[in-house]
Amino acid sequence: MIDVRGLTKAFGDNEVLKGIDEHISKGEKVVIVGPSGSGKSTFLRCLNLMEIPTSGEIIFEGSEITGASEHEINMIRRRMGMVFQHFNLFPHLTIQKNITLAPVKLKLMSQEEADKRAMELLERVGLPDKAQSYPSMLSGGQKQRIAIARSLAMNPDVMLFDEPTSALDPEMVGEVLELMKQLANDGMTMIVVTHEMGFAREVASRVLFMADGYVLEQNTPEKFFANPENPRLKEFLSKIL
Amino acid sequence: MDNFVASFKQNFIEENRWQYLVNGLGTTLFITFFAVLLGMILGFLVAIVRSTHDKTGKMKALNIICKIYLTVIRGTPVVVQLLIIYFVIFASVPISKNFVAVIAFGINSGAYVAEIVRSGIMSIDNGQLEAGRSLGLNYRQTMISVIIPQAFKNVLPALANECIVLLKETSVAGYIAIQDLTKGGDIIRSQTFSAFMPLISVAVIYLIMVMILTRLVSKLERRLSASDRR
Repeated sequence: MIDVRGLTKAFGDNEVLKGIDEHISKGEKVVIVGPSGSGKSTFLRCLNLMEIPTSGEIIFEGSEITGASEHEINMIRRRMGMVFQHFNLFPHLTIQKNITLAPVKLKLMSQEEADKRAMELLERVGLPDKAQSYPSMLSGGQKQRIAIARSLAMNPDVMLFDEPTSALDPEMVGEVLELMKQLANDGMTMIVVTHEMGFAREVASRVLFMADGYVLEQNTPEKFFANPENPRLKEFLSKIL
Repeated sequence: MDNFVASFKQNFIEENRWQYLVNGLGTTLFITFFAVLLGMILGFLVAIVRSTHDKTGKMKALNIICKIYLTVIRGTPVVVQLLIIYFVIFASVPISKNFVAVIAFGINSGAYVAEIVRSGIMSIDNGQLEAGRSLGLNYRQTMISVIIPQAFKNVLPALANECIVLLKETSVAGYIAIQDLTKGGDIIRSQTFSAFMPLISVAVIYLIMVMILTRLVSKLERRLSASDRR
């Protein structure tokens, strides 16, 4: 589904990604862990071209996308949902409007169809009574669940999660992870940058360890946590587990 | 008290002098209304060009033109701009003075509106733009549906203030012999040789209009803040 070849990204002189080769197949749940500053988020943001790679190729569903035009980029992003650390809900719109804005503006659905779809999604994320609320009236966990519903409204083929629980109070982490697990069970292709090792262990089909702009190790979650090989990963795991 | 009544009669009732104030007020409101409209349109366009350039690096040439516009307009007095537009630019064009005033005050106000709106756009967290773009909306759609409504709400008090400033600034329209409210009062003064009554009246009328505007704005603000309620 997604093929990454020799991906590098530099911000000025600061080389954040130094050459990433990765293949992500349909239905996979890839969890990326690593110390902060390792380039995990940048890698994720390169996939939907939030950051334009400095060099390398990204092949999404058979076509190379790093040289895509503005219009092509927009078409690609419709198929890749993204969930942000700080939710980034639109504070001036109701929850329903947050969810329906993109499908309606992009003329994929009429307002009526989109409203109906929004209600289905709100049921799915367990917040059907919040349709007419504004984001400021919701807790962090609820906001993130709405943000996930908003992404799902575009019927994406793959979902990118950029530290979705890092900005949440501890007691709200669970509800968001639970929703992500449901999503994984439904067969969604997911790429998740997170510090939640429990989630990685339970849900991931593959865990990647990134440090200093490289993917240093990757494995199934069982082997990843039980038998880490790379000394940097051993050190990382000993600190957090 | 008798004095006051006599002065009132002399200044406003005799020879229907009150008409100077009423017609002047009409002219002032006409110029202000259309100048605000022009200023808002110009200001938003310039603000969008400037912030798009700041955010994406595109629109280089337009951005330079906008910068020159802002520098020149904000660097010279509005009276001088009015005189230049009337006596230089439209010198040989037969054109209504009110129209010239609308253009001059609109162009002037646009420069201030532009900087207000730009600061509003730049104050919106970049995550909002990213969220819109990540859903497949293009830059323009995200600006229109996500960024500008929020920016507008944030800068509404400043924009209202700009309208109020403009209302008061049109009082220099007399420089090109427009009979606005200020000029109307001044004409009465020159006819009756009493300064107190006509000039204080003019001041009171301006004050009342400003107070009405201020009230309207706080009402609008309250409506727009519906999304901030918890």
